[in-house]
Amino acid sequence: MPKVSLSVNGKAVSADVEARTLLVTFLREQLKLTGTHIGCDTSQCGACVVHVDGKAVKSCTMLAVQADGARVVTIEGLAADGALHPMQEAFRENHGLQCGFCTPGMIMTAVDLVNREGNDLDEQTIREGLEGNLCRCTGYHNIVKSIAAGAKAMKGKRRAA
Amino acid sequence: MYDFNFHRPKDLASALGFLQADEAKLIAGGQTLIPTLKQRLAAPKHLVDLSLIEALTGIERKGRNIVIGAMTRHAEVAASGVVRKAIPALSDLADGIGDPAVRNRGTIGGSVANNDPSADYPAACLALAATIITNKREIPADDFFKGLFETALEPDEIITQISFPVPLKAAYMKFPNPASRYALVGVFVAKDGKGVRVAVTGAGESGVFRVPAMERALDKKFAPKSIENVKIDPNGLIADLHGSAEYRAHLIGVMARRAVDAAAKTPK
Repeated sequence: MPKVSLSVNGKAVSADVEARTLLVTFLREQLKLTGTHIGCDTSQCGACVVHVDGKAVKSCTMLAVQADGARVVTIEGLAADGALHPMQEAFRENHGLQCGFCTPGMIMTAVDLVNREGNDLDEQTIREGLEGNLCRCTGYHNIVKSIAAGAKAMKGKRRAA
Repeated sequence: MYDFNFHRPKDLASALGFLQADEAKLIAGGQTLIPTLKQRLAAPKHLVDLSLIEALTGIERKGRNIVIGAMTRHAEVAASGVVRKAIPALSDLADGIGDPAVRNRGTIGGSVANNDPSADYPAACLALAATIITNKREIPADDFFKGLFETALEPDEIITQISFPVPLKAAYMKFPNPASRYALVGVFVAKDGKGVRVAVTGAGESGVFRVPAMERALDKKFAPKSIENVKIDPNGLIADLHGSAEYRAHLIGVMARRAVDAAAKTPK
């Protein structure tokens, strides 16, 4: 069985995996990091978005063996020292979630968007940035508000994630 | 997904070696292949991952061409200043593929090699008269796309680069399927010193195709009005739950006129 060695949320991890294991399955079932969700399993919904080498990817559409040597950050890797990441805090403040299922992917996508586009995001940029993330509760309105607020709150606090 | 042996060569020669094995398949960004494997629509015994081969990445201007390594991700093409300056239509196309996470993984070489009838890049290759460069030879786009998911590639051939001649004017207009973001119809129009080329994706039963009647009309005058009366035959166009062949035929005209309008307005 192939062996993978990678960094997950700053910790070195080594494990044996079947070549066919998806990154999301590896994270959830082997590492027990169940914050990353499987929604559609067809690359559409974005509930499984994590960062690989600093870029948002759908972990249901990547093999664990493809992440060998990579730096992976999941939703569990955002909060530090018991304090929520500014983007998580913004979702809480702005009621950016209802059932919460899509939220980990929304937040990882949002942080990636801020890393690419900066801290002042207009509504259109945010909505286009969310093209690959589906929410079936909120109608997106408060998610967009949350991301605009979270982006501003991240000013000067941009992290490796 | 059925299991397979996974190989991650660091150079092209080893990749070609692994590809010799029985039922071996290349994996680039995997944004089409992994969903296909999950549905068990493909069951290769060996997957040869190209992501560690440095020779397959990078974007550069070489004389009158923009040369893009096969493993270059869509997000990299979209963000490239070199591409934006020379062929903004290509930047826009790359920026409109799938969604941001898909663009961070999907590659130009993978898209071109797969030749999905609704993929965006084949239209750019055909309209810009690109050259597909492999480990063995250079293939003009006109000879490369052979049909539905079919290309001129041989089993022991790997795309290394794609070279796009810089046009005078170009634009790509796509009507995306609202769910998949694939092109329901996408039209790439390009004008260079030799004339105008119009390529259509999303609509052809045999994949991407050119529209000679539009090209002739646009050669005379490069304006949306020139192609107002060009009729597109719905025969041979895709008809599915997303749209009839007649609907797609109509959309080709609309998207082509929009593309010509946008291209005519590009400063050059």
